Amino acid sequence: MSVLLIAEHNNKELRPFTLNAATAASQIDSDVHAVIIGQNSADAAKQLSELPVVKKVLSVEGAHYENFTAENFAPVIVKLADNYSHIVCSANTFGKNLMPRIAAHLDTSQVSDIIKVISADTFLRPIYAGNAFATIKSNDTKKCVTIRPTSFDPCESAGGSAPIEKVDASEEFSNTKFIKREEIKSDRPELGTARIVVSGGRGMQSGDNFKLITEIADKLGAAIGASRAAVDAGYISNDHQVGQTGKVVVPDLYIAVGISGAIQHLAGMKESKVIVAINKDGEAPIFSVADYGLEGDLFEVLPQFMEELNKLNTIQK
Amino acid sequence: MKILVAVKRVIDYNVQIRVKEDGTGVVTDNVKMSTNPPDDNAIEEAVKIKEAGKATEIVAVTVGEEKAQETVRKALAVGADRGIHVKVDGTLEPLAVSKILQKIVDKEKPDLVFMGKQAIDDDCNQTGQMLSALLNWPQATFASKIDVKDNKLEVTREIDEGLETIEINVPAIVTCDLRLNEPRYASLPNIMKAKKKPIEEIAASDLGVDVSPRLEQLKVEEPPKRKAGIKVANVAELVQKLKNEAKVI
Repeated sequence: MSVLLIAEHNNKELRPFTLNAATAASQIDSDVHAVIIGQNSADAAKQLSELPVVKKVLSVEGAHYENFTAENFAPVIVKLADNYSHIVCSANTFGKNLMPRIAAHLDTSQVSDIIKVISADTFLRPIYAGNAFATIKSNDTKKCVTIRPTSFDPCESAGGSAPIEKVDASEEFSNTKFIKREEIKSDRPELGTARIVVSGGRGMQSGDNFKLITEIADKLGAAIGASRAAVDAGYISNDHQVGQTGKVVVPDLYIAVGISGAIQHLAGMKESKVIVAINKDGEAPIFSVADYGLEGDLFEVLPQFMEELNKLNTIQK
Repeated sequence: MKILVAVKRVIDYNVQIRVKEDGTGVVTDNVKMSTNPPDDNAIEEAVKIKEAGKATEIVAVTVGEEKAQETVRKALAVGADRGIHVKVDGTLEPLAVSKILQKIVDKEKPDLVFMGKQAIDDDCNQTGQMLSALLNWPQATFASKIDVKDNKLEVTREIDEGLETIEINVPAIVTCDLRLNEPRYASLPNIMKAKKKPIEEIAASDLGVDVSPRLEQLKVEEPPKRKAGIKVANVAELVQKLKNEAKVI
């Protein structure tokens, strides 16, 4: 049977991790259908139809889908589920919120946050903040799987021409009302997909001091991350948090500044290709995962770092 | 308003996890166990709501082995009124736990169910959402702020893009983020008092719920180790290494 991919989008365009989830879906079965639920989401639906791995797009439109409420989305997917062996979605806050609601309705044990498709019923997933990997076989006839987007490459985004089929909307769930969304807009690359991430921790001592990080991030074309301690202290907003309960990032270069390296933070960044740690405590656990460690006071190191970057003739973007 | 708070006993967040040599799981013998951290936030929030005069009773529930009762006892010590321990052998999948919690909700008829957004052992992040599906209740996941307004809650949720605010009608499920509040410590007198608070013990088998596993854990292994890095002497060396050795800038 086919795989049903749930597209994540903002009604105008697909959100980038939909492409990573599509790759994972296509590794489970080559017959991937994708459902897009939203309001005035025709452009995003068209984008979805152009993914070569997607064989059919199901489009569901309704005013009550505008804000992606799980209580409204779940019944639509449950109705469609009859035709599919697997339902797949990204394990970001969208998928984490939605998929268990679907799985429970289908009486299926969900497999969360997989990092590898071993076969159509067996998956690899991290447990204990990534300190162990579990190989899980699902014996449910219908499988609900969320995928860790950074563990799968994005699929090709052009060249496909899947048919788009309209599907009827389900009733509105009246006990949940969307009020508002506060998105922090930035010209920087998205944290989840950036090639370079510069992160600050408690050692930054204030939100104001994050400008030292911002400067370097701008120079490198990097996204800005943070440890939970820095977010808790109010230095920076929650969408920057990297770690077990924040975002998982796998950039080419991760620069951890003033971050001690609690296992919960390492869970979100230790798969990065190259890790740099800047910390005045030479015994900080962050050094155990760093390729390059620099022991020193960040308030001296960061300005010097900026100076050295300014000396370079070229910087890769 | 009556609040049911679900708590789980997990390996303490500070413990360095060791994988068993036979690949059947992780070492739990002689390892410090604690309440799942965001479950502490769930209890704290319930207690704060009660202190504000907006809740009348807090019931703490856990589903687990004999020793899981410690987590209920801890909840009682920080302000829950009574406890329920649903006894099971071994570990259950979130689907099974949510079915058990559904039975407890049927029996207790709470207005709100709070729990942590995710357990730090299996990192599944499922139980709250599954329970709200089974009950067909609204769900407010990853909550970092809760305002109780009569029979509604206004909840701020932490999402990848920033923050989202929703309004949900009671009865409802809320799963709590670590940033929701600062859990208090239990004082010694309250720990003593908690010993006298009642904990009802229920055998999971008496609830008539199918908790049989649907998933097989075939193997648990260590993640690949990073190879050891080097310490650089100064910033110039660091930038030179990043440019010419790692070739990432």
